[in-house]
Amino acid sequence: MVHDTVPPTAADPPTTRPPQRGALARGQAALHTKPLLGPLTVLLLASLFFSVWVGSRFSDPLNISLIVQQVQIIGMVGIAQTLIVLTAGIDLSVGAITVLASVVMGKLAVDHGLPVPLALLLGVVVGGVCGGLNGVLVTRFRIPPFIATLGTLSVFSALTLFYSRSETIRAQDVPPLLSWPGRSINVLGTDVTYSSLMMIGCFAAVAYLLRGTAWGAHLHAVGDNREGARLSGIRTGRVLLSVYVVAGLICGLAAWFLIGRVGSVSPQAGENLNLQSITAVVIGGTSLFGGRGHVLGTLLGSLIVGVFSSGLALSGVDALWQVFTVGVLVIVAVAADQWIRKVAA
Amino acid sequence: MNPRSDPRNTTTDVLALQARGLVKRYGHVTALGGADVELRAGEVLAVIGDNGAGKSTLIKCLSGAEVPDAGEIRLFGEPVRFRNPLDARDHGLETVYQNLAVAPSRDIPANLFLGRERRRPGPLGGVFRLLDKKGMREETRELLTSLGLLTIQNFSQPVETLSGGQRQGVAVARAACFGSRVIIMDEPTAALGVRESRRVLDLIREIRSRGVPVILISHDMPHVFDVADRIHVQRLGRRVALVRTSDISMPDAVALMTGALDPAELDGGSPAGTP
Repeated sequence: MVHDTVPPTAADPPTTRPPQRGALARGQAALHTKPLLGPLTVLLLASLFFSVWVGSRFSDPLNISLIVQQVQIIGMVGIAQTLIVLTAGIDLSVGAITVLASVVMGKLAVDHGLPVPLALLLGVVVGGVCGGLNGVLVTRFRIPPFIATLGTLSVFSALTLFYSRSETIRAQDVPPLLSWPGRSINVLGTDVTYSSLMMIGCFAAVAYLLRGTAWGAHLHAVGDNREGARLSGIRTGRVLLSVYVVAGLICGLAAWFLIGRVGSVSPQAGENLNLQSITAVVIGGTSLFGGRGHVLGTLLGSLIVGVFSSGLALSGVDALWQVFTVGVLVIVAVAADQWIRKVAA
Repeated sequence: MNPRSDPRNTTTDVLALQARGLVKRYGHVTALGGADVELRAGEVLAVIGDNGAGKSTLIKCLSGAEVPDAGEIRLFGEPVRFRNPLDARDHGLETVYQNLAVAPSRDIPANLFLGRERRRPGPLGGVFRLLDKKGMREETRELLTSLGLLTIQNFSQPVETLSGGQRQGVAVARAACFGSRVIIMDEPTAALGVRESRRVLDLIREIRSRGVPVILISHDMPHVFDVADRIHVQRLGRRVALVRTSDISMPDAVALMTGALDPAELDGGSPAGTP
């Protein structure tokens, strides 16, 4: 170490800012350093509320399992969306990539008679290629992510409809391997689908990549201060491109889960995934300004949406209140983020 | 940590960094019109100049943030061509940018090791690419202590919650830690109070006493005259004078900067030459 030779210079009195006073300010600071705290609190309170209001029909393990099944596709696509949002971007095409990849898997396996594992693999690869295209548009051609992915959203959706001729592959024609994620096993007395377990695995894997590796550190730095990251010697273009490719691959995997969940392969499935994934990311506490947030927040965010949907449905109020509530949650989440970010002077 | 074993010459006749005829144009604007730079080993060279003199562009070209259109750069005699900041860093040249180039929402160790994170030994680091967070945290503590910057109690707090002086400290510590051959600082005291400025100036002297030469870009004449061995006056994209600090008065330096004084009129100094 070079610095061993440096004698300490005269230390000035501490110049750290005075400790903040008041419970509100302390809470603000805590939320700033621990981005999971907010969504976790909301999830627990919401679950408690519906357990009391709706009763055992909500807290039944079967219903909990159902909620997890309902949010697994949003959760998976949300992982991809989180990666993009952490780089201060946004991806409007994640849902379109997912549907395109699922159609590719189904068509290759059913219509073209490819071996099913190969069709599955190619579907995931198509997801990665689509993500890579987004990445090239953003890094090489310097198109803002919002516009680049708005364009590819239309392109991918059109390709999906061309390729599938707008036809659905019926459930009875779908080979067992493609619908395998939708099958369930018994875990602790509850039926849990394979895809739910794999989704949790994906969250853990991406959380590890983001927190434990240099790639994750660079991804955060690029989202935080892109020019600063470049001057610090990070190859920002390469990092960004890799993020879009990884996001695309995750959407490719989500496509497999989507087939498992729906049963058939439909070009119309997953229409709302693009916006729902952004909802899950935002409610999960990841900042749209980049750099700050946690991928596990997206898991919590999608579960929050699932809990509100299920709870409100079981309570018997008009289904429109579900839509209304999700909208309010998104706005509250972003407002909270603006407030929390003010900790940084 | 520093792989480059550098037989550093203590005599100041060795040229640490030398640039000749650097040209950089942005469209029709010529930011640098054939600028020269000469930094001797073990000295602090101040670069002064009015706004638009090309100081920032000069620094960017030396640090790899910009690639000059023409001209050559030599580092300890060896011709170098930096295509990006990483290239310059790999050659042992570190830069503290005016905007600090930090990731505000990351903590202090993450910022110190930004772009050169250290992995765990063994398969955890090799196969699973796991970062050695504990090791980096320990080293951060040692480093900040040795630089007298350990007034920060909590290393895991995001850099954006630090005061301006502390942020500057993190950026300077990063350069001091990794810059083994040349350190460039762009206006390191511009945003600081009196006491914090003094500490940065002390730090610059510390770095020099270790034998690492420093290029200091500053607007602040008292700071320049306090710490610099020689002064490089930049004007209209070129170096108009290179003088020993002891050979010039503060008003004359300012007059050179603004063009009120012709470098040829300078006593004992030679225009753009070696004093």
